[in-house]
Amino acid sequence: MSKPAAGPRTRLILTALSLTVLASLVLAACTGSVAISPADLLQAGADYFTGAPSGLAATLIELRVQRALGALVTGASLSLAGVLMQALLRNPLADPYVLGISGGAAVGALTALLCCELVWMMQLAAFGGAILVAGLLFVLAYRDFRGSGTAEGSATTLLLTGVIVSSGCMALITLMLSLTPDSRLRSMVFWMIGDLSATRSSIFTWLVLLGVLAYVLGRARAINISVLYSDSAATLGVSLGRLRKGLFLCAALLTASAVSTAGAIGFVGLIMPHACRFAWGPDHRLLLPASCLAGGSFLVLADTLARTVIAPQQLPVGVITALIGVPVFLLQLHQHRQHHGH
Amino acid sequence: MDTDHYFLLTSHLTLKAGARRLVSDLNWRIQVGECWCIIGRNGAGKTTLLRHLAGLQQSGSGQISLEGRALHHWPLAELAHRRSYLPQGRNDAFAYRVIDTVLGARHPYHDGNFWESERDIQLSLAALKEVDVDGLAERDVRSLSGGERQRVAIAAQLAQDAHCIMLDEPCSALDLSHQISVMELLAERCRTRKKTVLMVSHDLNLIYRSATHALLLMPDAGWLAGPVAEVMNQDALSRCLQHPIQTILHNGQTLFVPGHQALEGKHHGAA
Repeated sequence: MSKPAAGPRTRLILTALSLTVLASLVLAACTGSVAISPADLLQAGADYFTGAPSGLAATLIELRVQRALGALVTGASLSLAGVLMQALLRNPLADPYVLGISGGAAVGALTALLCCELVWMMQLAAFGGAILVAGLLFVLAYRDFRGSGTAEGSATTLLLTGVIVSSGCMALITLMLSLTPDSRLRSMVFWMIGDLSATRSSIFTWLVLLGVLAYVLGRARAINISVLYSDSAATLGVSLGRLRKGLFLCAALLTASAVSTAGAIGFVGLIMPHACRFAWGPDHRLLLPASCLAGGSFLVLADTLARTVIAPQQLPVGVITALIGVPVFLLQLHQHRQHHGH
Repeated sequence: MDTDHYFLLTSHLTLKAGARRLVSDLNWRIQVGECWCIIGRNGAGKTTLLRHLAGLQQSGSGQISLEGRALHHWPLAELAHRRSYLPQGRNDAFAYRVIDTVLGARHPYHDGNFWESERDIQLSLAALKEVDVDGLAERDVRSLSGGERQRVAIAAQLAQDAHCIMLDEPCSALDLSHQISVMELLAERCRTRKKTVLMVSHDLNLIYRSATHALLLMPDAGWLAGPVAEVMNQDALSRCLQHPIQTILHNGQTLFVPGHQALEGKHHGAA
């Protein structure tokens, strides 16, 4: 944020990340039980645009690209939601799920799975559950949204309320799991770990992601101020109450839309913001778009691994993100500690 | 009463903490160029008062007006040009660089720009230099010592360049020479740049050297305001701090030393 080259540097990093996203999509399209060469991919792409997709390759690519786009938008949403949640709570340990919004989604989704097995019903119920919990939190922790919160400005009421609501949701989930007949248990568990096998990227999730990104980018400076100065951000002209409401709404929408498309995929929303901050610093003007792109391509790659690593069987992608995420996070933390000597 | 030429004015301001009265019926007039210091015991309401004046808290009764306009009628963005506020403690959750925290204080001047201007950067570096931390510009704020972090925070106050600088114990973590240089710097801003300074401090000698005025918050919710030479006397200070204070003239310098509670008796403190 200091150097006059902040703008060009940001452009450079974002361009590189965009290329990474493209590369991960290409890789996802080419990899699988039937490998497709990049040449075939180009051919199929040309066919697709001329409106004559034909042959096995084209069908496979369409399926894979659809799924990869779903992973992209989900990863980007979760990662962005993580950044926003961490900024809102001024706590680097926060993630999109810490406040129980995903718990609400899980309760909704499992209820739908218990009653019927329609995918769209489940998605709707998940989204509804998430929004319901977000609304509940907003009412219960309204004190933290009025602007003059605690002196540390870290929205303690919201965090505590969220953690409690989250455990309430977990109790409901356990209850439902114990009542469910064995035949349906598998799909429920897969949903809870996070699974992209049935995912199509819907227009809605893209709209939520792009809308939120545009909104928060416009406020990136104010977000920096609120994270840096907490409560006294108001003395710099930042309307803290309004900003917090905005951040909460955005994070809740992103989480709800991501979780209702792909289930509660863990670690993306915690690891990717950290990785980006570690690599390029905590300035939100770069961090917001960078974490979107990085989170998106990370999930595309993780999903490609999930469906190929023990092919023909497919793993839920949440397993992969956790298996990669945990060691990477520990390593990063360790290096950080060493670096700062505390 | 002509009140328009006062920069900051409180009338009948009463502040409470729960049921306890902190300050009662405070009528305080502050003019441009004055350097005020608030003196009082722990829990006397110094921080609460400063937060009210900064517009961060509004629980008190009575009025506060800034440049003749009620404080709560000021838009946040304009207020950010009028006053800056240094809170007592800081907690840094993320690894921002030192220069980032100071550049953040230039936020009121961003005019809708996404990035800071070259001028913002120059001013921020100059502010860091003024408090002798320009060498730390690229450091992670979380790696600084307490005193360094505090000087960086003071640099941010300078960079914000507001008409009135409000500081809650700006010197608490600083070594002696930096305590003096920071106080001199603030006093100099008042004298030559028409700034107004309001601060909380516990160091009577430092206050007497640098401040022009003092506000004493008494334990009974009373108050005493005026030029330091008038209000900082043995009697008032002893009452304010509930401990006998003696003044000594040494080489033309007035010094405040705490007396012995046991010898001078409790009656003095309770007076």
